[in-house]
Amino acid sequence: MPKRAEKDSDLKLPPELLDLLTGTNELELEDVDIAVDELEFLYQPGVMPALQRMVAATKGKPTSLLDAPFTLPIQKYPGQIVEVTLGATKSQGGSRGKSIVIGGEKSPAFYTFESPTLNPPVISLDVFDSKVPIPKAVKTNFNDAMEDPVSWAKFAVNKFGAQMITLHLVSIDPLNPKPSTPAEAAKTVEDVLQAVDVPLVVGGCGDPQKDLAVFEKVTAAAEGERLLISTVTLDMDIEKSAKLIKKYGHVALAFSPMDLNQARELNRRLLDFLPKEQIIMDTTTAALGYGLDYAYTIMERARLAGLMGDPELQQPMSSGTTNAWAAREAWQTMDPRWGDKGLRGPLWETVTGLTLLLAGVDLFMMLHPAAVQTLRNTIKRLTEKSGSVDTEKIANWVSANF
Amino acid sequence: MSGKESKGGIKQLSPIDVYMLLPKTNCKECGEDNCMAFATKVVNREDSIDQCPPLLTKANQKNYSKLKEMLKPAVKEVAVGVGDSVVNVGGKLVMYRHEFTYTNPTAIAIDITDELSDDEVLARVKKTQEFTYLYIGNDLKLQMVAIRSTSNDAEKFKAAVKKVAENTNLPIILCSFDATIIEAGLMAIPKARPLLYAATKDNWKEMAELAMMYNCPLAVSVPNDISLLRSLVKTLSAYGIEDLVLDPGTFTGVGLGDTINNFTMIRRAACSMGDELLGYPLIGTPIVAWTEPANSPTVNAWKEAYVASMLVTRYADILIMHGTEGWALLPLTVLRQNIYTDPRKPVAVEAGLRTLGTPDENSPVLMTSNFALTYYTVEQDIESAGKSAYLLVVDSEGTAIDSGVAGRKLTAETVADAIKESKLEEKVKHRKLIIPGKAARISGEIEELSNWEVLVGPRDSSGIPKFLQDKWK
Repeated sequence: MPKRAEKDSDLKLPPELLDLLTGTNELELEDVDIAVDELEFLYQPGVMPALQRMVAATKGKPTSLLDAPFTLPIQKYPGQIVEVTLGATKSQGGSRGKSIVIGGEKSPAFYTFESPTLNPPVISLDVFDSKVPIPKAVKTNFNDAMEDPVSWAKFAVNKFGAQMITLHLVSIDPLNPKPSTPAEAAKTVEDVLQAVDVPLVVGGCGDPQKDLAVFEKVTAAAEGERLLISTVTLDMDIEKSAKLIKKYGHVALAFSPMDLNQARELNRRLLDFLPKEQIIMDTTTAALGYGLDYAYTIMERARLAGLMGDPELQQPMSSGTTNAWAAREAWQTMDPRWGDKGLRGPLWETVTGLTLLLAGVDLFMMLHPAAVQTLRNTIKRLTEKSGSVDTEKIANWVSANF
Repeated sequence: MSGKESKGGIKQLSPIDVYMLLPKTNCKECGEDNCMAFATKVVNREDSIDQCPPLLTKANQKNYSKLKEMLKPAVKEVAVGVGDSVVNVGGKLVMYRHEFTYTNPTAIAIDITDELSDDEVLARVKKTQEFTYLYIGNDLKLQMVAIRSTSNDAEKFKAAVKKVAENTNLPIILCSFDATIIEAGLMAIPKARPLLYAATKDNWKEMAELAMMYNCPLAVSVPNDISLLRSLVKTLSAYGIEDLVLDPGTFTGVGLGDTINNFTMIRRAACSMGDELLGYPLIGTPIVAWTEPANSPTVNAWKEAYVASMLVTRYADILIMHGTEGWALLPLTVLRQNIYTDPRKPVAVEAGLRTLGTPDENSPVLMTSNFALTYYTVEQDIESAGKSAYLLVVDSEGTAIDSGVAGRKLTAETVADAIKESKLEEKVKHRKLIIPGKAARISGEIEELSNWEVLVGPRDSSGIPKFLQDKWK
């Protein structure tokens, strides 16, 4: 009996991605229903005289199912992850269309049998203020929009529904031939704030002195917007950074290089000057195949420690998932058996992100729209109320042709 | 990452607990210096108690059984297949990766149906068997073939199983809910110990008889109902089946949250709550993604791959997959490798000068950071160039090149100091340092501070062989 084929509401890859591999014809199939006769469960109980005789002959074996009820393996945690609000609306003293709350977990990531996910993790799309090497698989999705940060940010919000934008001020790096000044950087931030109304992350270049000089201008220029200032590190003037962030009403992103003790120390020092509701931590994201194992375990341990009551590890976690593209397998043309890099690359970013999602990351900074969309869908699936699953239907895979 | 913390995970077992039950003869027959040293190795799972001959004698039978029980993993280890090609699954000691190295990496099975042509069967078997990717010294591979009965015809199934078995030694999973079909498959490979998939609430008696008769591990499939799953496990155990594999159902669309919850709850019950009925390997079936209607097969393959990756992280011991595309299987097998490495392996390698091959005074000098993954990758790439070289490992505090340069952990000063300390100037005649492309921004400063000429190499170390060929005469 043919059933009505539902369109796949779970995942629609951007057409550009599919184009890369399958040609444009695929898109025309979008509205065609697939006949699912073939997917029907073909199981018919067979006749099995030999077996039946055997079963009847055995003794001392159970003849019906023994009862063994299952009790949910629930644990209690003395700690809870802090809730942090990003972006401020007009009534909150800023100009964002809405603000976003992350954190608040009472259990490890998506242990929804213990406690529901209070605030689903959020994805912020990367925007750079000057030219950086971007994989072709990503560029294809943005066309000319990458020319300047304002059009890039707008495109990310309008076309890909970005909930947040991360503006990387890479142009300020003193190692550049002509680094932009703190005032110029602040102007870029203001322009992007004007262009889009989602909450913003503002990232520096990694040089502790220059970043602080830029943050000084940026925090003042965007007073009250509750920007996430990325990043504050142990080698920065922590007191000065924290006081700026507090004075102008922003949030600090505390970055440590894959070391729980450093993460603790940095949080501890920031907590001297900032309320806990204004700190998010980043314990470093390494790419799948290039240290993701370390990144995953550090984050999982941080989260478990926070839940077990360690007050220095109770901040929500952020991940620079875009680092996935540092893996050569994500962007290189390889032997044909490893398939199209237009798919391999975004899947590399997706798998990096999903692995860290399961470690407890609350905020993702990402690049490829297909990876973003997959994470977004998965987060929805993991946080929705459990209920009507079709247990008969999933057994179909055993006998179905596809 | 400290090694200390990770020991606590395995039920707080101390070497003393093990030592107390050993013969304490210090006979060294196990290869260790004394019983205490052996006990320590046993606790760390580096030695097995079966390596202690006196313990295996009748007089020590009781203590042997006690030790066996004490050291029993929370998740039973189950063998699929026989002989050289056997694949062990499960055997997990802990729930969380940082507690102790995960044993037995998730086995990945690729499906074949009994309605494929011989050529198609052979092509899929070949693809599965020959899948290999060299990743920092390890060959990533696929482990099993899952044969599904789509014809629902016993003879066809038997023929397909025979065809597969003739062409590969990989362990096999026989898939059907009809015991007569499974029995037909078993007749083709009566001694191969395939995994039987699967016993359900309706067919469990027949499946149990087959598992016993052919001495096979048996999968138990109960989608999204752990109470019923436990009930089946209890019943099958009472029936006499020891080697079970649990399938709590894999939902790839609606219900994915339940799936992740079920896998997590089962593993926690086994590892933290001592629930023996749930202490068996878990099988996930991301192949379910192919039963969902989609715009294109690419979408099915994409979904199958990412759901599979989540199940590698969340405790699956076996996965059945349909897609064989490299773009989907490569990230998955690399992830599995990552999750199953020793969590105590340090992030940083020791800084200093490495000699690759037998370099002389004219050999190239390359530089990299001391982040372990960067180092191993660069080392492998230089070796693949087949050229002897010096590799200067600079202390970047365990960060990769780009983040090291950006975060000022890898600076011209650290590089210049490293050159000095390495005494390279006594080892080579030239004064040329090849630096990673991602450190290009500090090339000028390095030249000023070290008085060495800097050659900016490729941004990715895979370009090193070509770079050396073109630029190093």
